Amino acid sequence: MPHSTFKVVTHSPEETKELARRLASLLHAGDVISLTGDLGAGKTCFTQGLGEALGIKRRITSPTFNLIKEYKNTLPLYHFDLYRLDSPLEMLDLGYEEYFFGGGITVIEWGDKVVSLLPSNYLEISFKRLLDENVRELRIFPHGPRWEKATEEWIKPEE
Amino acid sequence: MVKRLAEKLILAIETSCDETAAAIIAEGKIILSNIVSSQVDFHRKFGGVVPEIASRKHVELINPVIAEACSQARVALKDLTALVVTLGPGLMGALLVGLAAAKSLSYATGLPLIGVNHLEGHIYANFLEHTDLKPPFISLVVSGGHTCLIYMEDHGRYELLGETLDDAAGEAFDKIAGFLKLGYPGGPIIDDLSKQGDPRAIKFPRAMLKTEDYDFSLSGLKTAVLNHVTRLKERGEEIPLPDLCASFQAAIIDVQIHKTLRAAKERGVDKVVLGGGVAANSSLRERFRQEMEKVGMRLFYPSIPLCTDNAAMIACAGYYRWLKGERISLDANVDPNLPLCGG
Repeated sequence: MPHSTFKVVTHSPEETKELARRLASLLHAGDVISLTGDLGAGKTCFTQGLGEALGIKRRITSPTFNLIKEYKNTLPLYHFDLYRLDSPLEMLDLGYEEYFFGGGITVIEWGDKVVSLLPSNYLEISFKRLLDENVRELRIFPHGPRWEKATEEWIKPEE
Repeated sequence: MVKRLAEKLILAIETSCDETAAAIIAEGKIILSNIVSSQVDFHRKFGGVVPEIASRKHVELINPVIAEACSQARVALKDLTALVVTLGPGLMGALLVGLAAAKSLSYATGLPLIGVNHLEGHIYANFLEHTDLKPPFISLVVSGGHTCLIYMEDHGRYELLGETLDDAAGEAFDKIAGFLKLGYPGGPIIDDLSKQGDPRAIKFPRAMLKTEDYDFSLSGLKTAVLNHVTRLKERGEEIPLPDLCASFQAAIIDVQIHKTLRAAKERGVDKVVLGGGVAANSSLRERFRQEMEKVGMRLFYPSIPLCTDNAAMIACAGYYRWLKGERISLDANVDPNLPLCGG
């Protein structure tokens, strides 16, 4: 279990993207981010903001059907979406190791479906849709020392 | 048999996402076999559970699927004229299985190998059935993974006019159906329920209807539907499924018709061609037919089995590339983000 958790409330897709943009500067090759929570709560939106800030020019769209979309970049982005996955075994069939250890940033939507396969250091962000149309509650769980440190840097300046 | 030898026989392999598929067509339009691994017949014959997902499962299925395509078509490898394979876009691991199989066959038989784009295949599904169809036209390809508006000027010459900024059309159907616990795949279920519903019952947003571009956005609509249902549940009200499905579907279709028509007018073409799994939606077909009729344009769409992923459409697209003398070499590679361009 992570030591400390953080809670952030965003009020628009743009605010969710901005939060992601601020995270981008803290990322290193090999980082894994797991996005969990409600359908339509902003997981792809968050990834779009992250990709933008990483310098990716191509449009980042939902990888639900494809399962994985790769974005070439100085720091490549591997965008997973496990919505359609029924068992972690299917993740093995996707050859996920090549991405996790592939020298880029791995973002996994619905990452809670494969918790047992995630590395010991990873950032988990759980999205919740609130009744107010555009408001989202993000809960941030840093896993491992790498993220306990980095999350404080990411969230602190705004608190 | 004499006739068969004179025919141009194309074997195509398609493994861009979930389906392992192989097909043989003659003369660019006659389907002799069209095998898709999820087909009931194929299941019955080879048994076992075929998972929907898992690129490495393509490895187990690819040989039986190709063998079945040959056997159903009563064609031996030596009778073939050329081999065609999907190079992208799609899932890297899945695409690689198809390409490896196609290269091996090409190396072993000496047959020429042709590579095609999966999206191009969805457009070419129409050339299999509508022999009078000729470019130029505007094509809307709508499927689980794609929502693209394309100007096809001539064979092999495309211009991508617009696409989705977030979710694909088929994905929106699946996610809404999943959220409402209606089952999978969501498209046919929502289509059926909509038939008893009023498309004007609930006002959902028509995202990007008024924008000057040809792009689409569906994540806002998805959220609007989710919020609407959540609010009804909170109030303990019953969810009017037929009205909800019809209204959701109408919001998607309205924008698609509007942008497709505008593109056709701007490009001065009088034909619109639909493709992809969502083109099987009955309301989409009917609404497009009505709107095209009003403005005197012709509408084409494939029969339902040719809307979803299959290899016959890949064979057809490859046939036209073969006619132009296009070939790929044995060191060709797949591209998960293969752009639709050329010309």
